[in-house]
Amino acid sequence: MTSKISILSTSIPIKKLPQHPNELPADEICMETKDFNLFYGEKQALHNVNMSIAKKKVTAFIGPSGCGKSTLLRSFNRMNDLVDSCHTQGQILFEKNDIFHRGVDVTDLRRRVGMVFQKPNPFPKTIYENVAYGLRIQGIRKKRIIDERVEWALKGAALWDEVKDRLNENALGMSGGQQQRLVIARTIAVEPEVLLLDEPCSALDPISTLKVEELINDLKERYTIVIVTHNMQQAARVSDYTAFMYLGDMVEYSDTDTIFTNPGKKQTEDYITGRYG
Amino acid sequence: MSNDEFAQHISRQFNDELEEVRSHLLTMGGMVEKQVADAVSSLVNADSALALDVLTIEKKINSMELAIDEECTRVIALRQPAASDLRLLVVATKANIDLERMGDEASKIAKMAIKLSEDGVLPKGYIEVRHIGAHVCTMLHDALDAFARFDADLALQVVHEDRAVDMEYESAMRQLVTFMMEDPRYITRVLNVLWSLRALERIGDHARNIAEHVIYLVKGRDVRHLPLDEL
Repeated sequence: MTSKISILSTSIPIKKLPQHPNELPADEICMETKDFNLFYGEKQALHNVNMSIAKKKVTAFIGPSGCGKSTLLRSFNRMNDLVDSCHTQGQILFEKNDIFHRGVDVTDLRRRVGMVFQKPNPFPKTIYENVAYGLRIQGIRKKRIIDERVEWALKGAALWDEVKDRLNENALGMSGGQQQRLVIARTIAVEPEVLLLDEPCSALDPISTLKVEELINDLKERYTIVIVTHNMQQAARVSDYTAFMYLGDMVEYSDTDTIFTNPGKKQTEDYITGRYG
Repeated sequence: MSNDEFAQHISRQFNDELEEVRSHLLTMGGMVEKQVADAVSSLVNADSALALDVLTIEKKINSMELAIDEECTRVIALRQPAASDLRLLVVATKANIDLERMGDEASKIAKMAIKLSEDGVLPKGYIEVRHIGAHVCTMLHDALDAFARFDADLALQVVHEDRAVDMEYESAMRQLVTFMMEDPRYITRVLNVLWSLRALERIGDHARNIAEHVIYLVKGRDVRHLPLDEL
């Protein structure tokens, strides 16, 4: 009888679709763009982008090459400032403050909004020094504190077990997948709030890719993650929300399930199903 | 969404694979349609030779079910389809099951037809079998037509038709039960007719399922288990 009752009371909850990311309540929003335009010289690369990035979720940008997804990603920590001809209109709010405001300390912004690039770019230093670098720049001098943070960051990047016995070896001797996770460890060592990942797996083999994806899934408990990827299955696997961009426009932005099973716009459908656009 | 959209992938092979799944499913649908019509006709005309044909086709339909399933699995594994492509394959696997079940039900009717023809003609209930049979044949035809043309409106019509078939089945059952009570000598034979009607009603349910799958395919909306007025 008990077993019968337990069977009757078992039910598979039907997954409710999450709320549209642009309609989230204010306290669940981490970053927000408002009528954001970006120009490289005369050429406009982003047109009136309005979107909210949900806190402690993974948001993926997909779209063909040159559609502006990396440009938009780099705008979130003002990496585009380094391009001379680049200028912007509109706002990007981070925790409700405009990141383009005159008083903003860009170095501090980039510490809080960390970035990982397509190719792993460890410094030609030891594994330990790579992770400790950001901490030293922050002015932390105590070896005990640095030791703790290095171990914590390497554990957070799912790399500790593989490197704990060779922390003093050169980081360039690691495999590509390990180097990419080391870069992620270096980024999270300074405890950012947002992680921007620009095609973090494009130079990695499938196993390393899965490890990084697994890591992304673990990291979203602590960080807000924005990822640019050309691999649509990857976007489908790792993200909660997906934005499809085309020619500098945000064509469709919704929860990932909707985008990949029943997209609202034909352009999105054509792109994710591999049709002529 | 239209028919030719499945022919617009950058990969031509992918186009061909999806088209193959589609056309195989429609071929199977055509076979089941004929099987159901033949089963009904074998029963009302006491034609046991035709009933035996129905049982032979059943084996072919079973092997088509396996083949289509395998094709779908293969395409999903190789292409990782998304959006409408994914919906097409999911719908194909589900409609495949429904079609095979309809084949089973048609075989049941054919077996009843053989039994009844051995017992001699009993006119009671045959009009209902013919009537409901024609009705579910039209439903099946329309459901397959809706799948072939991605026609959600036609599919919706099929969903509504199922209600009418259910009512016809209930009223036929009441009549036959009354008849059995009046003349218990015919109970065994009338029961066989009743089983056939039951099988036809089930075929109507499967046609409705296919129609619901078509609505999901075209609109991306799952309308199963919704009350009719919410469709």
